[in-house]
Amino acid sequence: MTLAVFFGCTFIAFGPALGLFVFTIARDPLRIIILIAGAFFWLVSLLLSSLIWFIAVKASDPRDEPLQKGLLIFGVMFSVLLQEAFRFLYYKLLRKAIEGLVALSEDGCSPISIQQMAYVAGVGFGLMSGAFSMINLLADTLGPGTVGIHGDSQLYFLTSAFMTMVLIFLHTFWGILFFHGCEHRRWWEITAVVVMHLAVSGSTFCNPLYVGSLVPSYLLMATAAAWAYLLSGGSAQNLWRFLLCLRSGPSPQPGS
Amino acid sequence: MILLDGNLFNRRVMLQLKGTSRVSGLAVAIAKPSPPQGFSPGLKCPNDGFGVYSKDYGPQFAHCNNTVWNPLGSGLSYEDFDFPIFLLEDANETQVIKQCYQDHNVPRDGSGPEYPLCAMQLFSHMHAVTSTVTCMRRSSLQSTFSINPEVVCDPLLDYNVWSTLQPINSSGKVDAEKEVIIVATRIDSHSFFWNIAPGAESAVSSFVTHLAAAEALHKASDVHLLQRNIMFTFFQGETFDYIGSSRMVYDMEKDKFPLRLDNIHSFVEMNQVALRNASVLWMHTDPVSRLNKSVEVQVRILLDILSNSSVGANVTLQEAGYSQPLPPSSFQRFLRARHIPGVVLTDHRTAFQNRYYQSMYDTPENIQMQYPEGLSPEETLEYVTDTAKSLAEVATVVARALYRLAGGANNTSAIQADPKTVSRMLYGFLIKMNNSWFQSIIKPDIKGILGDVPQHYVAVSSPVNTTYLVQYVLANLTGTVVNLTKEECLNPEKTPSSEKELYEYAWVQGSLEPNSTARVPYCVRSTVRLSKALSPAFELRQWGSTEYSTWTESRWKEIRARIFLVASKELEIITLVVGIAILIFSLLTTYFINAKADVLFSIPRDPGAVAY
Repeated sequence: MTLAVFFGCTFIAFGPALGLFVFTIARDPLRIIILIAGAFFWLVSLLLSSLIWFIAVKASDPRDEPLQKGLLIFGVMFSVLLQEAFRFLYYKLLRKAIEGLVALSEDGCSPISIQQMAYVAGVGFGLMSGAFSMINLLADTLGPGTVGIHGDSQLYFLTSAFMTMVLIFLHTFWGILFFHGCEHRRWWEITAVVVMHLAVSGSTFCNPLYVGSLVPSYLLMATAAAWAYLLSGGSAQNLWRFLLCLRSGPSPQPGS
Repeated sequence: MILLDGNLFNRRVMLQLKGTSRVSGLAVAIAKPSPPQGFSPGLKCPNDGFGVYSKDYGPQFAHCNNTVWNPLGSGLSYEDFDFPIFLLEDANETQVIKQCYQDHNVPRDGSGPEYPLCAMQLFSHMHAVTSTVTCMRRSSLQSTFSINPEVVCDPLLDYNVWSTLQPINSSGKVDAEKEVIIVATRIDSHSFFWNIAPGAESAVSSFVTHLAAAEALHKASDVHLLQRNIMFTFFQGETFDYIGSSRMVYDMEKDKFPLRLDNIHSFVEMNQVALRNASVLWMHTDPVSRLNKSVEVQVRILLDILSNSSVGANVTLQEAGYSQPLPPSSFQRFLRARHIPGVVLTDHRTAFQNRYYQSMYDTPENIQMQYPEGLSPEETLEYVTDTAKSLAEVATVVARALYRLAGGANNTSAIQADPKTVSRMLYGFLIKMNNSWFQSIIKPDIKGILGDVPQHYVAVSSPVNTTYLVQYVLANLTGTVVNLTKEECLNPEKTPSSEKELYEYAWVQGSLEPNSTARVPYCVRSTVRLSKALSPAFELRQWGSTEYSTWTESRWKEIRARIFLVASKELEIITLVVGIAILIFSLLTTYFINAKADVLFSIPRDPGAVAY
């Protein structure tokens, strides 16, 4: 649609992620490594799931519409399960890494905790997932036209950008929840993450009825955010104090 | 952007569109059926200024003062339009564009239409500008000085096809005493749109008749005893100010051609012979050269022989008379160099019978080629139409006249053109090039040329499909099959008796064996040759020449079109503003959360972990 839409959609989709990266991840090289590795793990999971879907599609009759739709749903669900499986694998890898980091450190403590790793891994997953969702669309927004000549909604670019933003956030929070669940052997947390992921992916089949996919996703994101906040050591009290501090115009003390 | 119906595609509308600055592109939907009032984007006086009539020679005939040959000519092809103009031949494409317009661009309730609006983009950027002089100068500067030259235009270039009845030595020179009669037709046409030139009446009718006459003549028994030789010449590029014929005359003058102008005894040309009114064929001569007594005598003999040859055939030959000049024809270029006695045969006396001269509507329907329904391609190839029969009669008359002219004394009733051959040629050159007969007579390595819709534009990469096909059809119709193997055929200089100087050998595919996909190739020996048809102006580097044709075609990189929807500017700006707002908000929020992390997150219970 032109440069305005290109920049607009890029900022909507990746603005929050950029903020997270610049202020919390960019300073620490270890976190950057974990971010990139996390992104790579997500990429491998997508590669495998797309391979399965591709084989299934080629082996089936391309003219059979309900079958193709069914295969797509199956492909999406399979991909979600595979992504979560790779998140588990990444957790296992990071656990091993912590042992190595402890061995290498001078004071017997790992320079980074598993909770921080969970957060960064989640951002890594989210960024790669967002990139894959959005980059093709962004390339198309540079052209002179917009979506709609075949009757589709004009708001396609905008809604895709918002969906990508919410997905990046969701992956971040799921990372925290999932690793916490693995760490403390709470299987119901892991199950909850998988169910939430399936729900969000399934809701996208409501598109182009965008209210059916965006609204549930944002609600789930709020839920996941609150849960992850509580698990990370936050509480309602802390939140209240933070907001009060902010309102009375603080000079921000240097944080981490 | 305008989608124009074919019936509105005329000079008045086009000049109006050219005048405004609001038009950025035009798509023309071809009119089916062809406009009944006729349509010709060519000039009223085709090839004016490059023929023989000028202020020094027959000024009363110059610039169509006497006869306007193409009264329906609007000259659209010669106007400069600075926006792309595309032709939509497929009615489905036109329907898609109309549907998009109906859905989005129709004004509702008196106010303008609302966004999103349907938009169209036409890409056809041409690299050359202004004129041939400018673009050739730029191209030659590039070629001389640049390591990676960016050539911007190419001259129109192809090959003339010529063949002689009695073989001549192509690398030597023919003696001055040997007389040759030249028979000529053009094989190219043009239309407003690039690479669309069906040219049924303007080109195909004449060269198909010519090919049939050549076949008929070769069947005569005493061909090698004739006193004069006959040269069948097919000129390419005649639509663009006589490229092929001017080059041949130039080569003859400069001794680069086996024949010289002295060798030419007389000239017979056929131009647009398919739309005969009441079976009359008109004979046009040049009144100015006939003022010379010796030329007049020769022309008189020529006209009488032609009239006598039409006895018994369904063709009535009539003279156009002294008051008429020659119509636009290749003969005019030969007359510029030497006063040769000659005649041009056409189906019109004054104005063209062809109401679609040099336009996209000059299709088989224009020459009344009709096939019954439900025939398979093979049956259609073999079906003999009335048009084919009529052209075969003209070919018979011409062949008999040529036989007499060349000094043949026998009875000419055996010389007959075959309507079946004419019909197959018409089918192949106008309807479907990829038929079994054409496939069997071409070389194996060029069978790719048979894919496209037949059209006869001269183009810049040579030889074009039409030239190849005319060459091979002529070889098939006038040549002989010789018993040589493939190696011998492809390398005739190794065989002692091949007489390579006199003949050309071609190894052709042959027809399919019955019930199999293999072909039976064979060797054809003929006198068919190609001679370069590039305007002498480019040889002499006189790019502004008014003596020779200086037509060039611009180079281009991509030609495509697309339609899509365009959103309103407001929506785009809103998206950008929302994006920037979200970016700034998230940066600020993250900064503050990070700064106050110790407030937000209490120190976790397990002692090993480090706080945020």
